Amino acid sequence: MKYMLLINSSSEGPAEEVEGASFDDWLAYDKMVRDAGIHVSGHSLADLTTATTVRVAPDGQRTITTDGPFAETREVLGGYYVLDVPDLDAALDWAARCPGSRGGGSVVVRPVAEFDI
Amino acid sequence: MTDGRAATAVEAVFREERGRLLAALVRRFGDLDLAEEVTAEAMEAALVHWPVDGVPPNPGAWLATTARRKAVDRLRRDTAYAARLAILQVEAERAAPPAPEIGAGDDLPDERLLLFFTCGHPALPAEDRVALSLRCLAGLTTPEVARAFLVPVATMAKRIVRAKKKIREARIPFRVPDPDERPERLAGVLQVVYSIFTEGYVASSGCDLQRPDLAEEAIRLARILRRLLPAEQEVCGLLALMLLVHARRDARTGPGGGLVLLADQDRGRWDRTMIEEGLALVPVALTGGPVGPYGVQAAIAALHDEAADITTTDWPQIVALYDVLFALTPSPIVALNRAVAVAMRDGPQAGLALLEQLAEEPLLRDHHPYHVACADLLSRLGRKGEAAVAYRRALGLAGTEPERAHLRRKLSPE
Repeated sequence: MKYMLLINSSSEGPAEEVEGASFDDWLAYDKMVRDAGIHVSGHSLADLTTATTVRVAPDGQRTITTDGPFAETREVLGGYYVLDVPDLDAALDWAARCPGSRGGGSVVVRPVAEFDI
Repeated sequence: MTDGRAATAVEAVFREERGRLLAALVRRFGDLDLAEEVTAEAMEAALVHWPVDGVPPNPGAWLATTARRKAVDRLRRDTAYAARLAILQVEAERAAPPAPEIGAGDDLPDERLLLFFTCGHPALPAEDRVALSLRCLAGLTTPEVARAFLVPVATMAKRIVRAKKKIREARIPFRVPDPDERPERLAGVLQVVYSIFTEGYVASSGCDLQRPDLAEEAIRLARILRRLLPAEQEVCGLLALMLLVHARRDARTGPGGGLVLLADQDRGRWDRTMIEEGLALVPVALTGGPVGPYGVQAAIAALHDEAADITTTDWPQIVALYDVLFALTPSPIVALNRAVAVAMRDGPQAGLALLEQLAEEPLLRDHHPYHVACADLLSRLGRKGEAAVAYRRALGLAGTEPERAHLRRKLSPE
């Protein structure tokens, strides 16, 4: 069963100072996930100031907006993993080990929807 | 038509067996909906067959065999469903040993523990955990659970459907947690049982006689848990606490349905049998390992139950136990209860001094028992004006009508 781990970081303060969330911790976590054979995909996202939003109205008119650079979002999606594990408990366990769940950050675990074809 | 006696036999057997049967089926087939469906069908079959053929010697085994056959039939008819469950099972078995076959022998393996942990899973909203536990483990129907919480049946049905959907789609596993996460998860399960118990008291102002007694249901669930986890001190502590508090139920309400406080209760109306049972459990809950919050609260309840009246109660010991409880769970509510016990031990002035230190606690600002405690101590010190202000504050916050009536009497004693 596939779960997406949405990694949100709190917008205040640099992550480096947080115990257990250093760059090395991220590398170690990423290696653990791959070595466990559960890694489906995952990326970390560039800074929120680089984000652009697209909306298309019923008449086909495009609206392109940007939230940055002074977005008042408290939590920012900073990256994700898709993991293939047996059940929610296993997914929650991996989320708890993720450096992104520390230091005011959070990891939201969402099952990937499966459709019968 | 079914005959009344067989129907009653089915109901009695069923209420006892339902949780057990459901848990065994969930363990075997890995699907709560299927398990509930075939459990209900087995029950219907019993209502048809038992009046004609007589109640079988082992009704539980009969229901299990029937339910299992119906599940197998259902899976034969619906191959897509069967394929989905097969995948689930292969994955589940990566983590746990395969489920034993059921229905063959006389003894249905008791798998209710995993159902307790699934129903009390932290990924479910707290109110859903309570509803699901009552339905799956206490054997209450959805309308019964709804009546117990004084909510419309449709609301409760929606809640249960939502919880089951999350279990199914987010794949909350049916398993007993590993030892390393066990203490935390067990605390969650005990919290579900205890909140069912306290809800039974909070909502006791309702007048629906058909309403299942939530306090009794909570005690029943704790008894099941105690059988399943005999070595867990906190399970024992929770059962003891609930028995020792529930033993006072008849003395809590006066002739007009009004609330009677512990100090004024007719202790002759306390349930001695229940007290004895609770008292016997307290030492078990307090020995063998570190004590937990339920064990300590049970010990406090035991001291109240053993005392002839409020003045001969062992207040120094109660204060000492509140110190232990505060060290385990440092909450302002515990500090409030401790202050009240200190007032009984050292006099109202000492208690009031402690209460005044808690005045800024956000949790207590709108907590009516805090203002009642302040008012009572002020009144005992003869500070009537300040006492009246505190009683009025409490009156504006109190939940149930008996509580409000009690406060109104305090405000105008004549």
